[in-house]
Amino acid sequence: MRGVGKERFTVVGQPLPKIDAWAKVTGETRFADDLSLPRMAYGKLLRSPHPHALIRRVDTGRARALPGVYGVLTGLDLPRVKFGILPVSQDEEALCTEKVRMVGDAVAAVAAVDEETAERATELIDVEYEVLPPLMSIEDALGRPEVRIHEYGDGPNVHKAVSLEFGDVESAFARADLVREDVFYFEGNTHLPMEQHSALALWGPDGKLTLWSSTQTPHYVHRLLGQILDVPPAHIRVIATPNGGGFGGKLDPFAHEIAACKLSQVTGRPVKITLTREEVFYVHRGRHPVLMWVRTGVTRQGEILGMHFRTWLDGGAYGSYGVASTFYTGALQTVTYRVPAYKFEGARIFTNKPPCGPKRGHGTPQPRFALECHLDKIAGELGLDPADMRRRILAEPFTKTANHLTVTTIGLGECIDRVVLASGWRDKVGQLPPGRGIGIACSSYLTGAGSAIYWNDMPHSGVVLRADRSGGVAVLCGAIDVGQGSDSILAYLVAEVLGIDPKDIRVHAADTDLTPVDLGSYSSRVTLMCGNAAIQAAERLRGLLLGAVAAKLGVAAEALAARGRRIGLADDPDRSVSFAEAVVLAESIHGVLAVPGSYAPPKRAGKYKGGGVGPSPCYSYTACVVELEVDRETGGVRIDDVWIAHDVGRALNPLLVEGQVEGSVYMGIGEALMEEQVFRKGLHKAPSLLEYKSPTTLETPEIHTILVETDDPEGPFGAKEAGQGPLLPVIPAIANAVHDAIGVRIDEVPITPDKILTGLRRKREGKPARVGPERLPRFTFPPPRIVESAFGQPADGVAPRPFQGGEEGRP
Amino acid sequence: MPKTLLRLSVNGEDHDLAAAPHKTLLEVLREEMGLTGTKHGCELGECGTCTVLVDGRPVLSCLALPIELEGRAITTVEGLAGAGRLHPLQQAFAELGAAQCGYCTPGILLTARALLADNPRPTRQEIREALAGNLCRCTGYTKILDAVELAALRSAGGA
Repeated sequence: MRGVGKERFTVVGQPLPKIDAWAKVTGETRFADDLSLPRMAYGKLLRSPHPHALIRRVDTGRARALPGVYGVLTGLDLPRVKFGILPVSQDEEALCTEKVRMVGDAVAAVAAVDEETAERATELIDVEYEVLPPLMSIEDALGRPEVRIHEYGDGPNVHKAVSLEFGDVESAFARADLVREDVFYFEGNTHLPMEQHSALALWGPDGKLTLWSSTQTPHYVHRLLGQILDVPPAHIRVIATPNGGGFGGKLDPFAHEIAACKLSQVTGRPVKITLTREEVFYVHRGRHPVLMWVRTGVTRQGEILGMHFRTWLDGGAYGSYGVASTFYTGALQTVTYRVPAYKFEGARIFTNKPPCGPKRGHGTPQPRFALECHLDKIAGELGLDPADMRRRILAEPFTKTANHLTVTTIGLGECIDRVVLASGWRDKVGQLPPGRGIGIACSSYLTGAGSAIYWNDMPHSGVVLRADRSGGVAVLCGAIDVGQGSDSILAYLVAEVLGIDPKDIRVHAADTDLTPVDLGSYSSRVTLMCGNAAIQAAERLRGLLLGAVAAKLGVAAEALAARGRRIGLADDPDRSVSFAEAVVLAESIHGVLAVPGSYAPPKRAGKYKGGGVGPSPCYSYTACVVELEVDRETGGVRIDDVWIAHDVGRALNPLLVEGQVEGSVYMGIGEALMEEQVFRKGLHKAPSLLEYKSPTTLETPEIHTILVETDDPEGPFGAKEAGQGPLLPVIPAIANAVHDAIGVRIDEVPITPDKILTGLRRKREGKPARVGPERLPRFTFPPPRIVESAFGQPADGVAPRPFQGGEEGRP
Repeated sequence: MPKTLLRLSVNGEDHDLAAAPHKTLLEVLREEMGLTGTKHGCELGECGTCTVLVDGRPVLSCLALPIELEGRAITTVEGLAGAGRLHPLQQAFAELGAAQCGYCTPGILLTARALLADNPRPTRQEIREALAGNLCRCTGYTKILDAVELAALRSAGGA
């Protein structure tokens, strides 16, 4: 990239405040529920009290008669089209018409003068249910095929079953010095963003609809509303409001969004619906409970020859992202270590619980927990140091994996070295006093999903830059900031290329009328995809500015540089113009300066069914060491220190990267030790912030973050993701440290005190010192699709990307 | 339900307003006064998100009734900055990246301000204890603790 030598960055790499930091610390940021409009009505949903029931009759008469009620809806008032985020799982209704499949399914909606009246009106709606047997676990759902939650899928109550084999796994096991099998369970948990979901809809008298919503995917919500409401998509505008945390919980289109739109139409008023905290627990779409079985064949040195991995996912009542989740429980095992032959079987089962979906790490924390504990046990059996063994078996950069994923840079070796050194690993492992332990684990994660949710040849991300005669630059981009700082990253990158200050830039985000499409804030894709689009747009704009200034100064454009808010000869400050003057010169030649940038990832999907899940432009890598103390009287675990090294490619702003790593560690600790989304008789056992345990300042230890840079050729100025990957190794590192501390294996998260005490008791009684699942479901996977292993093949180089275009000038 | 007339002192200004007597301070601030900087996370007193100061002490506004707070000095995040100048806590939170999504930030800032008023140079452990009732899902608390330390240092003239 001409003109921006990486050694001469001025904005990139600086620990700058986020551009919205001032609004955040003054309370000025307007979240969805902070919005209100004149004549606004408040909406509420009536939700099912039964986990599984047929709807026989809904009578809204008494609710409609209540003073202050403006409108009441049932599913019969909406077009009878089922929907879902994935084209293969169109199984949801905003307001159920025939059947409810979980406690919390919406069956009616009310708009009223205030929230209390709306709530009272929902209580006046009479619904007659015919209760069906609830299926509350994988075993229930597979054991009662005559009770069907849905009529579609890969078998009775089986949403999806997959089976893939890359290379000959059995012959690898036959050659191995050690073949080990283990079983693990990862309990479900939820995102728990501090902001409850909220949506405000305005169906105008012109028949056009505007929706403000705390969504991570305004584009998908726009598409969906166009499919299921009686209004052409061209007349719908979706504006995502800054998310008060998302973590994947605001990635589906939700009943309250659709109900708010329709209520606005029928009442002729703006309608706002904000969920209660309890509703957020039921809306869910969080971490799948996953049962896992893994068998690995290794040499005496721990080199993996083949791996066979099975997962059973408790999907809950709807499809959501579940097909992708299922593939993700198998896709990334091969990206961290060399795995020449790999077999994966996975099944997602429907149950009468809130649907699971994508939570930070989507489908990969569960197998990562299993795999890293499994490898620790293998190291133990072989008498190898777990850090050294991992260090020896790392995947090779710029190669393909057995399952046809292309890996580019890998900084994991350095990550391991750095956390081993920083933590004092060599003086501690196996040498700490009883009750104290240290553990290590590693991981990798995608930097953006390589495929869109719906197949198309358009960009995954778009940016438009508009340069103003004042010297200000507007960045228009469809991505929504969920707190990770995506608006700021856009401003930094554009400022870097144009040689101006981030303060000269305003970012206008996530408005489907004004901003080019970005697919959404998920799969750690925003920095890479929007970033690359922003750099392309900025380089095009700079090309126009440099050309105009070159004509004015009578020099070659190649001799000019843009920096310090000036454009001119690099070595002669007298021959330069201000950035604002350059805009005037260029606008005088070209007219309005509005320049697009586009990005789509390289097309690298493996040529087999399911090959679309797992590919990414590049992968981040993380190594983590945890030191902790186990109280052998109470079973409590106190984490003292976490050392974590993350290969982020390049830290565009180290402060923000550290923040993502620290937040990931925190969330990993919560999942490892306390968070669980469990049900009793169809009801959530802990649907409040008091009962659902999450770490406070007192449970969150000191986190020692180390950033490793590998300058990946796919990333914007070399950057990879940081928001999800660092969560992955934390959970198994804790489990491995617990084992180091007390000699007991807890093969099930969360690692709660009761499990630790049970394990210690078993150890005392001379039984196997392990707590974890004892049996597997009876389930026959389909015969595997046999695919040749691509292990070790060289990567296709830096693949040309769609829309790459020339570096400068209009396409 | 009939409304009651109230006079509340919020951020140094007296406000006369009418609200139903069962409305919480959180609801009145947000819905009657337009002070939406105070956020809600649970409305059950469990998460600390809605914290405001009453006579300098942290109070969960979702559990407080305005009718009991007449004549008391209520401070919300909108009242934290001086004229044209941020409070040192706000400055430190912005500079150090202590606000990610920013939703829990107002409550944490006000809790931290009460801490620093009582204890201008708290230890890290004392900061942890003071903020233990404020949940944050984004930051892992690290940068929040750093920012409170920095603000304390600056307020004491140490930097």
